[in-house]
Amino acid sequence: MKKTTRRTMVLDTLTLPDLCRFCQVDQAWVIDLVEHGVLEPRGSTAETWHFQGKSIVRAKKASRLRRDLGINVAGVALVLDLLEERDAALRRLYQYEAN
Amino acid sequence: MKFQDYYKILGVERDAAPADIKTAFRKAARKYHPDINPGAEAEARFKEVNEAYEVLGDPERRAAYDELGRAPPQDGARYQPPPDWSGSFSFSGGGPGEHEAFSDFFEALFRRSTDPGDDMRGVAGADSHARIEIALEDAYRGVEKMLTLRTPVVGPEGSIEVQERSIAVRIPKGVAPGQHIRLPGQGAPAPGQRAAGDLFLEVTFAPHPVYRVDGADLFMDLPVAPWEAALGTQVILPTPAGKVDLRIPKNARTGQKLRLKGKGLPGRPAGDIYATLKIVNPDASTPEARAFFEQMARDLPFDPRARLGG
Repeated sequence: MKKTTRRTMVLDTLTLPDLCRFCQVDQAWVIDLVEHGVLEPRGSTAETWHFQGKSIVRAKKASRLRRDLGINVAGVALVLDLLEERDAALRRLYQYEAN
Repeated sequence: MKFQDYYKILGVERDAAPADIKTAFRKAARKYHPDINPGAEAEARFKEVNEAYEVLGDPERRAAYDELGRAPPQDGARYQPPPDWSGSFSFSGGGPGEHEAFSDFFEALFRRSTDPGDDMRGVAGADSHARIEIALEDAYRGVEKMLTLRTPVVGPEGSIEVQERSIAVRIPKGVAPGQHIRLPGQGAPAPGQRAAGDLFLEVTFAPHPVYRVDGADLFMDLPVAPWEAALGTQVILPTPAGKVDLRIPKNARTGQKLRLKGKGLPGRPAGDIYATLKIVNPDASTPEARAFFEQMARDLPFDPRARLGG
């Protein structure tokens, strides 16, 4: 068993190389995701891009969907949009059912 | 260890064609994918399905698995592989994503590594990724959680062992669902002198009986009595941020939203709590209660269906 640690860092923003390491993907895939509007980093060029909370979650989901289900960028973009719509609809449904 | 019936997991016959196994796997992977179906149950099923396909989708491994017996053993819970079972096939990577261990059955029978160049060794020193679930209340004050990770590790003779590691993780105050935490040097252990990778944790919240979380905001239903809604009142609301005085306005209606500014998840800025009013009637089972309602029915000129027309 390894010794325990208390050192933790909360990740707020990630650069492009950080995000690639984090999601275990190559830069071309992330650039593709940005070009399809799946990720919306701050900054104008790939070198200055900063990815924030929601984009990090979406990038991770996108790379899992590609790896596990073999979906391409356009398909991932569509799946993520539909999932967001579904979750919003489910939230409203729960609210109506609770009333 | 427990015997894994991979055919049953994928829902295919033992003589199924490779194409049918692939189709069954793809269907199940879509159905149980954790990003599409949140919840621990779907995630567990997804892992099982992946493990089953890891074996049945590979002709060599499938043949070796079939060698174990045409039918699952009688006592599936305490399975021992036959002593002459060699598992003498090459193993080329695979396994669940993010360097997580499959079932003990899989790890013992199918995870072999004899070739020093194979990717189980390449994994050494890599980053690990995991999810950690916390209670909503923990996000308000921070919490220390023990996390147990099962990682396949290459032993001294090239055999694979599942190593369990427990790590104390300090979750700081103010984390939001979907946020990530990095623990330097806590990734997969590396053999020799090489440095271990980092551990990345994705924070998720356990479902809460009262609150629904959306970003940093919390949503809840607030039950009020008909007279509280009609006359207005002050209520004391227990929130994860502590007790809060909340004023219910006069003539409040069901569905009306009251905002408790800054009482949502901590942060800069802190989120809000939105309480949706829900008027709840008292039980009219005693004669006294019935008398009250009868008096209201007589004395109040009120038609709740006035807007329906007709």
